[in-house]
Amino acid sequence: MIKARVHSIETMGLVDGPGIRVVVFMQGCKLRCAYCHNPDTWDIKGGQEMTVDELINKVKRYKIYFQRSKGGVTLSGGDPLLQPEFVIDFFKRCKQEGIHTALDTSGYGIGKYDEILKWTDLVLLDVKHIDDIEHKKLTGADRHGFFEFLNAVKRDGTKLWIRHVVVPGITDGEEHIKKLAKFINTIPNVEKIELLPYHVHGVNKYKEMNIKYRLENVPPLDKDRLERLYEILNQNLTTQHAIVDKIAM
Amino acid sequence: MRFAEWNGFVAGKWTEDIDVRDFIQKNYTPYEGDSSFLVGPTERTNKVWDKAKQLLLEEIKKGIIDLDTDTVSGINAYKPGYLDKENEVIVGFQTDAPLKRIVNPWGGIRMAVNAARAYGYEVNPNMVEIFTKYRKTHNQGVFDAYTDEMKLARKTGVITGLPDAYGRGRIIGDYRRLPLYGADFLIEKKKEDKRNLNGAMTDDVIRLREELTEQIKALEELKEMAQSYGYDISRPAKDAKEAVQWLYFAYLAAIKQQNGAAMSLGRVSTFLDIYIERDLRNGAITEEEAQELIDQFVIKLRLARHLRTPEYNELFAGDPTWVTEAIGGMGLDGRTLVTKTSFRFLNTLINLGPAPEPNMTVLWSVDLPENFKKFCAEISIKTDSVQYENDDVMRPIFGDDYAIACCVSAMKVGKQMQFFGARANLAKALLYAINGGKDEVLKEQVGPKVELPEGEYLNYDDVMQKFEKMMAWLAELYVNTMNVIHYMHDKYAYESLQLALHDTNVERLMAFGIAGLSVAVDSLSAIKYARVKPIREDGVAVDFEIEGDYPKFGNDDDRVDKIAVEIVEKFINELRKHKTYRDAIHTLSVLTITSNVVYGKKTGSTPDGRKQGEPFAPGANPMHGRDINGALASLNSVAKIPYSSCMDGVSNTFSILPDALGKNMEDRISNLVAIMDGYFGQGAHHLNVNVLNREMLEDAMEHPEKYPSLTIRVSGYAVNFARLTREQQLEVIKRTFHERV
Repeated sequence: MIKARVHSIETMGLVDGPGIRVVVFMQGCKLRCAYCHNPDTWDIKGGQEMTVDELINKVKRYKIYFQRSKGGVTLSGGDPLLQPEFVIDFFKRCKQEGIHTALDTSGYGIGKYDEILKWTDLVLLDVKHIDDIEHKKLTGADRHGFFEFLNAVKRDGTKLWIRHVVVPGITDGEEHIKKLAKFINTIPNVEKIELLPYHVHGVNKYKEMNIKYRLENVPPLDKDRLERLYEILNQNLTTQHAIVDKIAM
Repeated sequence: MRFAEWNGFVAGKWTEDIDVRDFIQKNYTPYEGDSSFLVGPTERTNKVWDKAKQLLLEEIKKGIIDLDTDTVSGINAYKPGYLDKENEVIVGFQTDAPLKRIVNPWGGIRMAVNAARAYGYEVNPNMVEIFTKYRKTHNQGVFDAYTDEMKLARKTGVITGLPDAYGRGRIIGDYRRLPLYGADFLIEKKKEDKRNLNGAMTDDVIRLREELTEQIKALEELKEMAQSYGYDISRPAKDAKEAVQWLYFAYLAAIKQQNGAAMSLGRVSTFLDIYIERDLRNGAITEEEAQELIDQFVIKLRLARHLRTPEYNELFAGDPTWVTEAIGGMGLDGRTLVTKTSFRFLNTLINLGPAPEPNMTVLWSVDLPENFKKFCAEISIKTDSVQYENDDVMRPIFGDDYAIACCVSAMKVGKQMQFFGARANLAKALLYAINGGKDEVLKEQVGPKVELPEGEYLNYDDVMQKFEKMMAWLAELYVNTMNVIHYMHDKYAYESLQLALHDTNVERLMAFGIAGLSVAVDSLSAIKYARVKPIREDGVAVDFEIEGDYPKFGNDDDRVDKIAVEIVEKFINELRKHKTYRDAIHTLSVLTITSNVVYGKKTGSTPDGRKQGEPFAPGANPMHGRDINGALASLNSVAKIPYSSCMDGVSNTFSILPDALGKNMEDRISNLVAIMDGYFGQGAHHLNVNVLNREMLEDAMEHPEKYPSLTIRVSGYAVNFARLTREQQLEVIKRTFHERV
């Protein structure tokens, strides 16, 4: 039986995909994003071991909530792409149970993408940055890996939500958002776009883990600013993609 | 038709005999539409509410507005009172001025005197003398009969919150009977019952004949009280305005006569809707006037008060009166009982702003109209003032005309009443099992002497066996104590007005309760799955060393959740072994209200790692911070506690940050609806919903003046946050917020 390293489970995820979702945070990530609020999921050897059976038995308990909200399960992390065999097996079992599957990823895995996507109903793809150099500064990696995964998603036609974290001074420029729109216009299967405002709730974890937090003096993103950026994004998307999530009121 | 006031109604059994349910079923109009018909408050309502708000602010500053220290409480004891006579559409206060409180000596004179003193008043010495020397009170009666063991259990807090010093409450008069039938018809029916009550004069018959006489007298007094406001309630109400006014008079008389902990309203909105619909059809009123009636009625309910001691407020924070109104639900025939007036009641939370009272309780069914579900969710998100109870588990037991007393106690309106009885502290009882029956704080022998558990580490089977013995002892003592209390309450502080609004042969429930369930459950789980070593001083465990981890209640983990189920089933079975006063049916609740703080204070360190004095979790909630798999896992754990064993309710409080509930209002509403459908769909009983920010609560602690109407749901009721003690505020903030980022 394939085992995964799992950080934790949030049984009531309401913001990571449609409806009510059980979100499974998996261990391991290739990126080191400056704003990451889950640094405790970076280590592929961290967390606890769990079999597909164990996880599916947990998730099944929430089917009544999924059915009523058109929700399901979301594998998040870390990056679930680092444990591809587990994702494939687990998602297969979910589909047998009639549970909707979503994959929350930055696109940096180790292959088997087509097989994974075969069992994936929705991809929540994090676009870190639109500029090569800035991307490397922000995450420590170039964009090559991201494109490799994106091409697989395009090829398989999997439903796609684009998510982008807006950090003051780094990804909140108006030109930057225009470029993002232009990039999104080249992807055919995008269903929704979410701009996620940068927040500082994860900072304490850095202290606990004794890692330096690189965005020490960056304030959370202002709600008005976010609204303005959504406007710009909307104006620059081609009609077919102009389905932008409304922000919290 | 017997009465001209009934013109336009469909006749039925209700026209011959008292049968409010039949009247509702034959005449109500289910509503499945949305909330777009609702209107805002009228100018008159705004004027009245503005005046009321000023008084309420003054009350928060002063503690109480005023107290009538010379008058003995009673239906007719006070002159009429007004707030703004010109603009009040519905009239009547408990005394001759709004928020002026009553001295009620019948439950206990000592408590009345102490409560008055706490606010700087002295009760008239004549009254004190009369109720000390010449007229026995409920409180005196109870203490005359209590055994030493009962007094000791009360002192240590293994049984706490017993209604032995004031009104027991939790009785819901069927206040709808007054508008539907008028006082004269009700009096006639009671006289007939009394005439038919003949034969051998046993205790039961003599007592009931005396009670019926008291009931008839109370109805006569009610007529006089209404007369003093210029209304003749001897006949039925002829229109919606009279129906609301008559109904309110009946409730008002009850809260003038009694100061019970919970004086609930019942299930009135759909009943009133029939009158409103008739008037709307006849063109007699507009939607604005319909909403005005409900708004002004609710203003009156928000101004109901009782005189309480500071100790009482420490237990039940925020001056609660539990004017609980049960809204919605489904009928036995499959039609929804939601009407437009169900919406109008909830709409008062928008028109007048959030408030803890009346305690709006939505009877949730997965079959409720979607529009109503969404509207409830929206009101919850905006006001944090609504609680939800599962109609689908209560309807099969209580039918479709039950209401909720206090927080979670269901009873058939006008057909059942409850003997209320606080709660047993099961966390403490578990410590007694570990300590050979000795109290861990007082270090005295309280429970039966059992052997101390053997060995350095506690053994699950050994402790469980001793715990069962302790529960058996506690259950017997608890039933006996309750019997004493309710015998005396019937004798010395009988609720003649409320019982006049019940069938003469009323069915009685005796409501027992549990506190500290999650502490006891986690402690047993720790003993079973980790290694727990008691640290003893003079034989009494003062602390525990826990080695290793153990499954904790609130994570949807059957290994521990089944211990919770086992405990409640064992305890109710023990209770059922003992005869109750007046053959009441035993019921059990898992409900603490805010007393989880005080119970925690009185309880030593427990094997789950909780330290001496730390609060319990409220109701059936998992302990703070131990439910680490998110809110649904926590809800699923609580949902496993069987309603069939806990027919007096299983309370669960759920707080979530707005951002975590969804990204926009639409998502938040649909998510909340799905959460409740999923939770209640598994047979869970109750859910308090708070959608709020921790930062806002922290700010409200420092700057209460900025948040005069901030309302939050706590176990089974809602409170004005500003009225909580600092300790309770901190406990609320500490309680798990579901806020994964």
